[in-house]
Amino acid sequence: MALIAVALAVLPFALAAVGTTWVRITNLAILFILLSLGLNIVVGFAGLLDLGYIAFYAVGAYVYALLASPQFDIHWPFWAVVPLGALVACIFGVLLGAPTLKLRGDYLAIVTLGFGEIVRIFLNNLSQPVNITNGPQGISRIDPIRIGNLSLGSTDTLAGLTFSGPIKYYYLLIVVLLLVLIVNVRLQHSRIGRAWEAIREDETAARAMGIDTMRMKLLAFAMGASFGGIAGSIFSAMQGFISPESFVLVESIMVLSMVVLGGMGNIWGVAAGALLLSFVPELLRYTVGPMQQALFGRSIIEPEVIRMLLFGLALVVMMMYRPAGLFPSAVRRRELTRRTQAQ
Amino acid sequence: MVFFGAACVETFIQQLINGLTLGAVYAMVALGYTMVYGIIQLINFAHGEVVMIGAMVSFSVIGALVAAHTGLPAWAIVFAAAAAAIPVCMAVSYLTERIAYRPLRGAPRLAPLITAIGISIILQQIGLMIWSRNPLAFPQILDNRVFHVAGATVTSVQLAIWIVSILMMTGLAAMVYRTRLGIAMRATSQNPQVAGLMGIDIDRIIAATFIIGAALAAIAGVMVGTYYGIAHYTMGSLLGLKAFCAAVLGGIGNIPGAMLGGIVLGVVEALGAGYIGDLTNNWFGSNYQDVFAFIVLILVLVFRPSGLLGERVADRV
Repeated sequence: MALIAVALAVLPFALAAVGTTWVRITNLAILFILLSLGLNIVVGFAGLLDLGYIAFYAVGAYVYALLASPQFDIHWPFWAVVPLGALVACIFGVLLGAPTLKLRGDYLAIVTLGFGEIVRIFLNNLSQPVNITNGPQGISRIDPIRIGNLSLGSTDTLAGLTFSGPIKYYYLLIVVLLLVLIVNVRLQHSRIGRAWEAIREDETAARAMGIDTMRMKLLAFAMGASFGGIAGSIFSAMQGFISPESFVLVESIMVLSMVVLGGMGNIWGVAAGALLLSFVPELLRYTVGPMQQALFGRSIIEPEVIRMLLFGLALVVMMMYRPAGLFPSAVRRRELTRRTQAQ
Repeated sequence: MVFFGAACVETFIQQLINGLTLGAVYAMVALGYTMVYGIIQLINFAHGEVVMIGAMVSFSVIGALVAAHTGLPAWAIVFAAAAAAIPVCMAVSYLTERIAYRPLRGAPRLAPLITAIGISIILQQIGLMIWSRNPLAFPQILDNRVFHVAGATVTSVQLAIWIVSILMMTGLAAMVYRTRLGIAMRATSQNPQVAGLMGIDIDRIIAATFIIGAALAAIAGVMVGTYYGIAHYTMGSLLGLKAFCAAVLGGIGNIPGAMLGGIVLGVVEALGAGYIGDLTNNWFGSNYQDVFAFIVLILVLVFRPSGLLGERVADRV
């Protein structure tokens, strides 16, 4: 335990020695773990396929961007805006869930997908007639997170160590990640977590056991959405710039691939899946590109294409050979390999 | 106000004509979704990508034939493009069914759906690798003759789209309701187990369903390409989603429903985009066009999940 803590504390400095880019990549990877854990509540625990999850991330990001940037010249502190981002995302989750959660799984998937697109289209177009989101140009110069006098955006030196912006965000993200992990683990084994599991396994039976399925599903949606909102707010502060382009459908599918790869419903598996799908494409970006240059003299397959192919293949291959994920939870494995008839 | 007077009627008719054209394309694509859903209860996410591949193949063929100066008339070139796109799309669709969906038959419902999303991403990237990441402009070969109807204009391409889609849909209906294959398809969609007991080779029927849907998608791809004059590797996803919305609107699994749903959705979209500015005092403009399909979808699923013509109850939880 202490070893892991030390490793986590030293890691950003080791990465910074290789290049600050890698600290940024790690930070984004942690954000994706947060997102995957949030989506895991909806898809993994409650068994509801949400294909528009990135919309909640977008809502959180835009709430932060609007309330802490020169856009409206409002500069609220992060401890007010981040919870607000979570709350607004949560409200969106309930608004989406209330009319649609009674639908069967695959329909729900499409409706959530449509919702994600609607949110993106609005973000893209709400620059007229009143400029709210600044349209496709996005919002820039977003305030970094400030704790007291300490700004996470700038570089500080302490005890001979250089703490650059990304390194400070790294520590913040690790703290948030720990909190989210604790909440998730506690949630899974709570009454609520067991209710979700029951719904996922057999909704009719769950209802017969006295579970208010509608309320529980809505709760899963709302909680998943809030986690997305928190991740979005931090993303917004960390990047300093957001635009609707960061919240396209493909992002939702990326998060879904991470959850599927790690094993739906398995917290540690999902976290590992998110890490894997965040880092492997980056590693490939730095190896495959130059390798192709060396071998063929030009780039035959762009790294970005390889990245997307990885996501696609992860979904297809996992469903075919290991539907319960690389690191399956025991219950989920039983459930996903049980062969039932189509009808 | 735009709502009154002769100008209003003309605008209305014009939007209606545009909507019907769009609707014909949606209907062609929606048929693929609805047939597959009817038979194996799978939302075939990759179907939109099949349309994209159809458009891309036709782009290549048209480009090659124009560059070769064959002297062929324009309609023959487009016909050749469709003739090339159809088998390619059929092959793509058959392969995805064979490789990705068939091993998952009998698995929980979410499994093939997730696979379908993966296939859709993979097909998009293949499209990108073959045809570049930039939008491709179709060569303007069809002379767009314009006809005037009640103050509005109809182009020859629009007329061609209507005629071809009516022919295809009539042909499909005849096949589904008149031939042995059609009977087998309907039997399989009603009850695969019993159909199997009656000596129907279910795997073959399912493959046939995918192939027929792909042929319609290929033609839809050619239509979209020549109508808008542009093709892009991501064009399939939004088109596919809207077509799926159309299939749900008509009643998923219901073939006449998909045709009706496609037409209605196309008209709703065109009229919506045309009038939203006036209705909302220019608060919202036609750039919200893409929202209508999803709003229609949500409304249908909430208030009438069985769709306009569907008899199946959609929410069997």
